[in-house]
Amino acid sequence: MRFLFKTDYDQDIRLFRHGGQRFWYALLGIGLVAAPWALSEYQLAQASLICIYGIVGLGLMLLTGYTGLVSIGHAAFLGVGAYAEAILAARGWPLPLSFAAAMLLSAAVGVVVGLPALRVRGIYLAIATLAFGFIVEEIITRWEALTGGNSGLPVAAASLLGRALDTTAEFYFLSLACAVLAAVVVINLLRSPTGRAFIAIRDSEISAQSMGIHLARYKTVSFALSAALTGLAGALYAHKLRFLSPDQFTVIQSIELLMMVFIGGIGSIHGAFLGAIFIIALPQAISGVRPLLPEALASAAGLQPTVFGLILIGFILFEPMGLYGWWFKTRTYFSLFPFYRRGTFKRRKAFQKSERLR
Amino acid sequence: MSAALLQVDHLSVQFGGVKAVSDVGFAVRQGEVLTLIGPNGAGKTTVFNLISRIYQPASGAIALDGVDLLRVAPHRIAALGIARTFQNIELFENATVLQNLLIGCHTHRATGLWQELLFLPTVRREERKLRERVEQVIDLLDLQHHRDSLVAGLPYGVRKVVELGRALAAQPRLLLLDEPSSGLNVEETDDMAFWIQDIRDDLGVTVLMVEHDMALVSRVSDRVLAMNQGEVIAHGTPAEVQAHPAVVEAYLGKAA
Repeated sequence: MRFLFKTDYDQDIRLFRHGGQRFWYALLGIGLVAAPWALSEYQLAQASLICIYGIVGLGLMLLTGYTGLVSIGHAAFLGVGAYAEAILAARGWPLPLSFAAAMLLSAAVGVVVGLPALRVRGIYLAIATLAFGFIVEEIITRWEALTGGNSGLPVAAASLLGRALDTTAEFYFLSLACAVLAAVVVINLLRSPTGRAFIAIRDSEISAQSMGIHLARYKTVSFALSAALTGLAGALYAHKLRFLSPDQFTVIQSIELLMMVFIGGIGSIHGAFLGAIFIIALPQAISGVRPLLPEALASAAGLQPTVFGLILIGFILFEPMGLYGWWFKTRTYFSLFPFYRRGTFKRRKAFQKSERLR
Repeated sequence: MSAALLQVDHLSVQFGGVKAVSDVGFAVRQGEVLTLIGPNGAGKTTVFNLISRIYQPASGAIALDGVDLLRVAPHRIAALGIARTFQNIELFENATVLQNLLIGCHTHRATGLWQELLFLPTVRREERKLRERVEQVIDLLDLQHHRDSLVAGLPYGVRKVVELGRALAAQPRLLLLDEPSSGLNVEETDDMAFWIQDIRDDLGVTVLMVEHDMALVSRVSDRVLAMNQGEVIAHGTPAEVQAHPAVVEAYLGKAA
């Protein structure tokens, strides 16, 4: 077990807390950069998707996990980013510019959706975002002149500085770079006053306000940032799939994204990526197991959603902190070995919170 | 005694047919500890919520050092120098003690969103400054041991202290303490009394508090204001107020 002897405030500010962390992340970095030489073409394509979903996860984590605002309409932001990128790229905008525009447009839409968030909370906000998801889906379907409607919109391969990124490896590096940048930006935010203000709003609006936090402003900022990140993922998604249609951005997709962050572990950066890995790997795992199942079960159409739902219920009942919580406990078990007690992470009695102020 | 820091005049608010606070007026002088006492439902916490602008009064005026608080948005109150604690503890449960105290410094932030996204050197410098400020509070309240613990796992007594610390981290001019000793044992109450005295004498912060523990009240208060059913019934030194017939009646009822 590691004991940290802190001698400097910067030790709590730095990206990496200690040498061990630096070492493991360096190793992970090397692994990620070397992946194209180690993985098959198909696996690499899946890895790009994990990066893309990881970025969505970061966005949704910022909003739901850190600011406490639940959104069941995030696929809409993904759609806005994807269509913006597809349309701008077709008009010949250079990639950095069109990506920035896709993020800005998503952020602007996020601000508009965030406005009801200033008035409604909890389940009502969730319903508002759900409605927003339907609206965007409908707009994409109906605005045929721009989006191609139900017949879809083909997208060219991404091209950077006049060079087409049309191999799987090149696109993987683009996605990876975006994911790493997004993660660093979110971590930066969380170690500075704005991120702490989000956490404050999540845990107690009333005292956040008494501490001088402008609730409306920070909630709007949270929505905008979350939407911008999701828009960035959408832009990548457009180039990944090379073909967009409205049925990729449905409410079902939104719910799946929300499940992703819950299974990953709400309120942790790791959770965003663990959730993304989970959501990409699960269909693979199921198709791997399928031949082993009895015929009637294996050919059942709803197998995947059922397994997905069961796993979600399992997590909510047994491990509310998701995959990250599970990983954290496992790691603590080994670092404390043999002194880990079953009650180590048991939450102590939660004290009655003030009810008269809400 | 010096001039009034907080001036409350003819303050009234009602919820439905209940007059929670009616025509309440008092002044908190610079550098004193003023305590509001009164039976349950007397309107003490409502006065606090009116000062921190959680409720809108039906009539009356509240001024801090000449600034009309009723014209100020709720989130601007902290920046004017008023920090508060809550009766039932409203900490940020899933954050560490350190983060809670840093959020207390929110009004002193000097960096913008874009600088923070990139974590520019100015942000790092400002973070160090905030941390130094928070460490002073940690030293004062002996919270060193709990610095990195999650609030959700802390015992009640420590949470009370963390909440006091969070309010102090804002470096307020006026500190509103809503029942600082409720739920504390004798020893913890003793500590709380020392801290309140230190806050007044060493930090020069004016304190307005609501408190039921009369031993604590007599020990730390310069003046006491007694309320009952939304109205002020007595004010003066702790001894004067305790002996006041209206106060005795409010607590014990009329002699038969």
